[in-house]
Amino acid sequence: MTMEEKLGGSNGEDGGRDRFPIGMRVLAVDDDPICLKVLENLLRKCQYHVTTTNQAITALKMLRENRNRYDLVISDVNMPDMDGFKLLELVGLEMDLPVIMLSAHSDTKLVMKGITHGACDYLLKPVRIEELKNIWQHVVRKKKPDSKDQINASNQDKSRGGTGETGPTSSSSDQKVSKKRKDQSEDEDEEGDDNGHEDPSTQKKPRVVWSVELHRKFVSAVNQLGLEKAVPKKILDLMNVDGLTRENVASHLQKYRLYLKRLSSVATQQANMVAALGSKDPSYLRMGSLDGFGDFRTLTGPGRISSASLSSYQPGGLFGRLNSSAALSLRGISSGVIQSGHSQTLNNPINGFGKIQPAVVPANQNQNGTLFQGIPTSINQLSQNKPTNHFGEFNRGNDPNAFGVATNFQDARVTVGGSSNTLPVSSGNPLLLQSNTQQTQHSGGAFGNQPSSLGVTSLNQEPFDMNVRGSSNFLDHGRCSENWQSAVQLSSFPSNALSASETFSHEQLPSNNLQESISWTSSHLSSSPLDLSSSMANPANLEDSRGNISQVGLNNNVIQNIDYTTKQQWGDSRHDYNGNMNNSFSRGDSLVPASGPMMDQSNVISDKMNDVSLFSQFSGDSTYVVPHLDGEKSAFDTKSRSNDDFLFETKPQNGFNQNSFEPLENIMMSMIKSDQNNETPLMDGEFGFDAYSLGSCI
Amino acid sequence: MDRNRLHNQVASMRRSLFDQGYLDDQFIQLEELQDDTNPNFVQEVVTLFYNDSTRLIQNIEQALNSRPIDFCKLDDYMHQFKGSSSSIGAKKVTNECTAFREYCNAENAEGCIRSFQQVKQEHAILKRKLEVYLQTVRQASQTA
Repeated sequence: MTMEEKLGGSNGEDGGRDRFPIGMRVLAVDDDPICLKVLENLLRKCQYHVTTTNQAITALKMLRENRNRYDLVISDVNMPDMDGFKLLELVGLEMDLPVIMLSAHSDTKLVMKGITHGACDYLLKPVRIEELKNIWQHVVRKKKPDSKDQINASNQDKSRGGTGETGPTSSSSDQKVSKKRKDQSEDEDEEGDDNGHEDPSTQKKPRVVWSVELHRKFVSAVNQLGLEKAVPKKILDLMNVDGLTRENVASHLQKYRLYLKRLSSVATQQANMVAALGSKDPSYLRMGSLDGFGDFRTLTGPGRISSASLSSYQPGGLFGRLNSSAALSLRGISSGVIQSGHSQTLNNPINGFGKIQPAVVPANQNQNGTLFQGIPTSINQLSQNKPTNHFGEFNRGNDPNAFGVATNFQDARVTVGGSSNTLPVSSGNPLLLQSNTQQTQHSGGAFGNQPSSLGVTSLNQEPFDMNVRGSSNFLDHGRCSENWQSAVQLSSFPSNALSASETFSHEQLPSNNLQESISWTSSHLSSSPLDLSSSMANPANLEDSRGNISQVGLNNNVIQNIDYTTKQQWGDSRHDYNGNMNNSFSRGDSLVPASGPMMDQSNVISDKMNDVSLFSQFSGDSTYVVPHLDGEKSAFDTKSRSNDDFLFETKPQNGFNQNSFEPLENIMMSMIKSDQNNETPLMDGEFGFDAYSLGSCI
Repeated sequence: MDRNRLHNQVASMRRSLFDQGYLDDQFIQLEELQDDTNPNFVQEVVTLFYNDSTRLIQNIEQALNSRPIDFCKLDDYMHQFKGSSSSIGAKKVTNECTAFREYCNAENAEGCIRSFQQVKQEHAILKRKLEVYLQTVRQASQTA
């Protein structure tokens, strides 16, 4: 059967869109002509616009040509030219489109793989029309993460009851994150849905969304009172915000406290890790300090990156690259855990910056999408597939991602900007910061592209903001970029901060857990050897071109909590794989808090949101690890990112193509140079990492 | 009369195909997809199936004949075969495919070979039956 390519659905028919789901544009990929034909007809019967191809490579090309031409992709698992999971990952990372897997076999393992790679759904052949009639929900779900996820997230959070941190906070954090996201991204088109705290009555649920502003006020109020003495009533009075209730503040305070606790424990972990690794560079420590997440308070003053804050700031995300392309989830780079001494590998690649810290890249081992699987508290989250390689590749660009490296986040979900990538979200590492916008989605979809370089440089002034951004970004599934930016920002302490950061670095880890070596940021900062980096220590990715990529075990915080719930992925999830995302988010989708690999894309999303919010709450931390976990989709995507080739058009191999890093580097440089306050364009969601569900893609 | 007879014939053939387990609900879905805009859908799909499956069968046989047997590849082929046969609702064929897969997973060459014989047999039987059936359907529609 020759390839049939009907571009019927290629035009963006407005009419169709309006009558959504009628006219939804689906791209069907299956090498089996019979199945393809039947599927096509079934879809037509559902009144969708169908385009078919029997080659995955063609499908990818078509998608890359114009991702706006399609709303949904349905792909077979077994294809001769490319593995379906890999395609899944790629699509999730690059295009942030929902992907449904099809297979004749219903092996649990395969379904899991789909989830971890970020798939939105997994259908069995023969496909029935009833099942196809509902697939449009995945499109809607992906497009409207804010409102929907908030609701879902809150629901899920409640049911989840998480590990304390994630549980209660997830919902609110989710909202918060989403709210943040909204605030942060001007480009986002989610602004319409403004559930500001100011207007609780308009919200569907009586929930307060802790926006950046709000949180900042909160933090400053807490600081004024002193953490010990901070009581909700007083905080509320100090904040002087309409519509905010004491209960809101109380719960937020609780989360905040937990967050701080987590940070300190992470810091310890990191310190241990560093010690274990024999890190040559103290930058690891620095990473810890740099972490912006941890310390809200410190971030209070713009440009005032107090050591405390810095310490808490764990850029872990730097390792974004760790995900190297496919490594959706930075897994493995769990911050403290660089278990296998992979750190060594890290060192080498990272040379870029002079100080390339031997990022602890333990994670790399996992490369395979199993991010979620057993995301060991330590690192393995980042197991991106190419761990070792990545390190080398981890260019500066990655650094910013280092935030995202979150995959390490084992502990505090501190979503290190870069780390977020790591979130297994299948989408690959958020860290992937690969900032290549094109690439963005590849990393396991974790975070689209985290503009890894972004945040880093601009840290200063509003440390909190930056952090927040990161968090907000998380929420933004698709918009990973934003998150990263913030995350990145965090890492990128402003030049002023750099000096401060240097000091911090000494201070260390204790505060940040995230990634010990935030060195990458330092590179950005140029002035100071800030090791922002990558907390995400993504083992492989950390290649901080910047030079200092102290990849610390990153994300200790962040990732841990996030259980990547592997879902079918999104899968995975698309993802599964989301292990990377700090918060184990499945693909860019909301970080899935501690729920383990993101299992359900939708869940993931909501979870992610939670995580993100969680993070955001605490952090301010800039480093919210990019929630992009695409788990689905996580999954999730388990196809180890070896498929990086696909991921990066430019670079066929290695997960993170070095090229991708370059841009990041440039970005970072520019960021550094640019006013710190300014948001680098990266921030904009350029790098949206795709919430790749469960980046199992490793 | 003729038309009625033909129609009755079609109906009874169809019923027996279902009753005897040669076809399942999926086939009904195919039939439902056939409409004015797609008048020969079922025929097209069935034809497509037989063309494609012939190729697959050849591949499988080749794989089974090679030594050592590549079970992975066999599994892949069978996966596809199963996918397409289930897509047209070929129930018995699909079931045989499932059995084959078991042997394949167990790397039981003997079992695979035997099972594959079954697959081919069912495949051939169904092909004959469908040919006759569809021909009758065509005749019935022509006379209509």
